Parts: sequence; structure tokens; C-alpha cells
Amino acid sequence: MQQRLARGEESALGELYDRFASLVHHLANKIMDDPEAAEQITREVFGYIWENPDAFDAKHGSLRSWVAALTHRQAVNRLRQVAHGATRDREAVEAKVHAASTAARADYIVSSMPYPLRQALDLAYKGKRNYRQAAAELGVSEDEARRRLRLGLQLLSTAADDPERQL
Amino acid sequence: MTPRPGPFPGDDEPPEQVGAREPGEYRIPRPRASSHGSRGTRGSLGSVAGFGPHAADHRALRSLLGAWALHACSTEEADSVDRHLPHCTACRDEAERLRDAVRWLSPDDPLDLDPLLRARVLEVCLGRRPPRVPVPDWAAPYTAESARLDALLGSLGDEEWDTAVGLVWLGGARGFSVSGVLGHLAAVDGLVASVLGLADPLGEGAPRETVARTDAFARQHADRTHEEVRTLWRRQTHSIVRTAAFAGSGASRLSVNYGEFALPMREAFLDRAFECWIHADDIAKAIDYPYDAPAPEHLKQMIDATASLLPVAVAGRRRQGLAASRAKLVEAGAPGRSIRLEIEGPGGGDYYVPLDSPAALATAEESVAHIALDAVEFCQLTAGHRDPEAIAAGVDGDRDAVRDVLYAAASLSRL
Repeated sequence: MQQRLARGEESALGELYDRFASLVHHLANKIMDDPEAAEQITREVFGYIWENPDAFDAKHGSLRSWVAALTHRQAVNRLRQVAHGATRDREAVEAKVHAASTAARADYIVSSMPYPLRQALDLAYKGKRNYRQAAAELGVSEDEARRRLRLGLQLLSTAADDPERQL
Repeated sequence: MTPRPGPFPGDDEPPEQVGAREPGEYRIPRPRASSHGSRGTRGSLGSVAGFGPHAADHRALRSLLGAWALHACSTEEADSVDRHLPHCTACRDEAERLRDAVRWLSPDDPLDLDPLLRARVLEVCLGRRPPRVPVPDWAAPYTAESARLDALLGSLGDEEWDTAVGLVWLGGARGFSVSGVLGHLAAVDGLVASVLGLADPLGEGAPRETVARTDAFARQHADRTHEEVRTLWRRQTHSIVRTAAFAGSGASRLSVNYGEFALPMREAFLDRAFECWIHADDIAKAIDYPYDAPAPEHLKQMIDATASLLPVAVAGRRRQGLAASRAKLVEAGAPGRSIRLEIEGPGGGDYYVPLDSPAALATAEESVAHIALDAVEFCQLTAGHRDPEAIAAGVDGDRDAVRDVLYAAASLSRL
């Protein structure tokens, strides 16, 4: 993919968009809470990647996690600009940025966690199933259902660990 | 990698690598792939109700914390956890953390992306750095429609994949599953793929006619999961666009043989875009999802291509004795009778269709009738989804000529 982007293949840009557009737009919207700002960030992120096809280094992780980090940084910077324009209260701005950043990271964690964990969380949270019902629906033991719920939440809880430092 | 201590001290085993990550990375920690189910308590937890500070109870209750935080355990179990927490710092810390984490779960699925955003984002990118290998204009509708269908597929739940989808054309109908529809699309797209030098998904020497290809695909790929069929279809659409981009204008001179007829590459791409939209719409209807028409500039390209097929379709029906109006003998290039086809709304246009011979010149002066029809309705008619006798069209002039053109439009439909 990276080589094709570097070669200037428009079709590679299209495939990149098809793979990551909803991730980028959703993360940006989670942080900005403004679909128009999210669209602007989506343009900037894809514009940046297209103009700088060598910026990604596979040694540091997956393309997906890199695109997410790029989006997160871009959106947080934008949110800070917007918030500073609205108030002089530096602490309030940072609190807002932190909350938005954590929420976005939590979403990313949910969307990236292994499917079995996500499935179990969905059943319990959205589907209001208890772990015994979830176990039956998933065809796993009750032990396993409890384990998945606990591990899924453990993963999710890391979203609150200073999300910006983790980028 | 510098592992940090896990955030759950006091666990009865080495910390899970939940907190460990490399700097500069946006990555969630992976759970270990070992068999966790074997440790801790087994079976019923009823025995822990009157717990004491024993290791076994602690482990049993600890394993419940996720379910407890999500209110997904029995009242008795929740009570046992509540009674345990004041006595156990490790469990209390984790319980708080997990309860907090539940707040981050979002009950809503992400909003669907505006399908037109794709074109806007790509335009910005290509404006900043012009592509060295551009995608031809005539491939843009196919690219956009396959991306839209893929987005629809991404939003389907497992059970929705089993929905029965009816595909209808003039004089025929067949039922498919969602992956059956994708198989049909992939099988016919394979005609374009093979002309471009890509592998035919049906192998060498496969039939070219669309029904036979669809059946062959269903037979050859019967044991594939819906995700596998989706991937096969999607990869092929990407390869087709990519290869067409490399071939550039050279590709537009190639011809795609559909067995009973052939289309120039450009028209074949528009045909595949059209089919992709129509069948995506069929799927969306079957599961009761809204699905928009293509972008106006893409719809316009598709309608232009369809309108250009009408004269031959009219002549074909005439040869089969199906025409209602009587033809006059006209020399090639000379003006003959025509009908004005006015396609209204976004993507529409104005066309004069020759009625006597595809080679005749169709002019406004010789027009014997006028049909006014909405762009999407016209497409639904050519897809065989509307009865030519009952379609909501404004008509004026020679009734037989109107009938011939509406039926010719519907006769373009096929599986």
C-alpha cells in the first residue's frame, strides 16, 4: 500500500480511504463533537498521508494504529485551538481536551479489541444479557464469558491512562 | 518494549500486559492467547454466598468483576462481590476501574459516513499532489458504487446476511442470500477482470453469459463464509480499478464479451457500476435500510451509457416482431423518426432516440413523441424493476412509439 501511494497511484488512495475513512471520521467526530470539523480533519489526515507517503514506518506498529494516532493528534490540536478561542481558562481547556481524548481512545480500543471480547461486551452492555446467557449465545463456558467481560473492561479501562502520552 | 506494571496489582498471576506499549504508538494491548478458562473457579458460584477471606473465594469473586461492573451477574453474585470489596483492596481498585470503564462503552454505533465525502476527500488530496497513475473518469462510478456497497455490507449484522434478496428483471426473478448477490456481482465483474488480464474468479474456460456465471460461482464457492465472499468481491473490484488505471486510455478500447452481447470497456465499467448500485439497493430494500441514488455526475454517466443502448434495443425488439410502431425505411445517416426522451432530476439529460434504425439520424424535427421520466425511475425501468405499462412517466405523441421505447428500456434488464 505504502509503495503504491508513493508511486502516485490514485487507486491506492481510494483503497486507503475505503479502509480507514470511517475510523478517521469517527475518531475526529468523537473528539470534536462536530461533523463538519470531523470532515475537515478527515481531509487533512488523508491529504497528509497522500502528500507524505513515506511518513509511516511499519517498524512502529500497524498502518491502522498510525492512522488513528495521526487523526487523534490532529483532532486534539484542533480542539485545543477552538477551545482556547472560546475561553482563557487554561485548566478548563485541558480538562475538555482530556475528556474528549479519553472518550476517543476508548472508542478506538473497543473497535480494535479482539472480536470475542467485543462480542461479549456488546451482548452484556447493549443486549442486556447476563454472563450465563452470553455464554450460552456464544457457545462458551460461563468461566470464559466472565473472563471475556473482565478482560474487555480491563482493556477499555486503559483509555483513561493519560491518553495523550500514549500516542 | 518496556513493560509497565499492569494496572491491576494484587492479581493472582503475573500482570496482564494491559498497560504495556511502545512510546509513539497508538495501539491497544493484546490479551494473551492462552487458555484462561482453566484457572479460577468452575461451575456454580452458589457456594461463595457465605464467603470467607479464602483464596478460592477471592479468585471466584475476582473473576466476576467484569460481569458485576456490567450488571451481568445474578443478584446473589453481585451481593457477594459487594460484601467482598470492603475487605479486599485489590478487588476494590479493579472494581472501581472496571465500573469507570463501563462509562466508555457507547450504546450507539458510529454514524454512517456521507458517501459523497469520498469524492471530496480525494479531490483535496489529488489537488495537493496530482496522481501519476490516475483512475480514469469512466471508472469513477464503479469505484464509488463498490465503496458504497461495501459500506452497506459493513453495517450488516450476522443475521442480516441470511436475508432473502429478490433480484428481478424483465421476465425473470430469482432469490439469493446477500452473499449470493455478491457472488453474482463478482461473477459478472470477472468478465471485466479477465479482459484486463486478471484471473477470472471462475477459472479458465468459464461461461460468459451472466446467469451461467452466477450459477457457476455459487457452485464453486458454496463453502465460503459471507466474509470470504465479501473479501473476494471487494478485492476483485480494487484490482479491476487499479489495473484499469494502469492501462489508462488503452483499456477503453478493449471490448468485454458478455456472451450474448459485448460492451466497450468504458460502457462495461458503467454497466458494472449500475449493477452494483441496483443490487446494493435490492439488498438495502430487503433489510429495510435506506440507500441513496448515486452521485448525479455518476448517474449521468450511467444514464448516457444506457440511452446509447436504446436504439439497438428498439431495433432488436422490432426484429423479434415485438415492436408496436411501424418502421420507415431510412438510409444510414439520414434523418428518421425519433422520440424525445427527457430524463429529469439530478443526473438527467435530454436524448433523441432513433426509432426506424440505430443508424438513422435522430433529430428534433422528426420527433413523433415525448417521454419525460425521473432519472432514478428511468434506471429502475432499465433494471427491470418497473412495469413499462405502469411507469409514472409523462408521455405525449405517438403511443406505439412510446411503448416501443419503454419496453426497449426494460428489455435491457437481465440477471
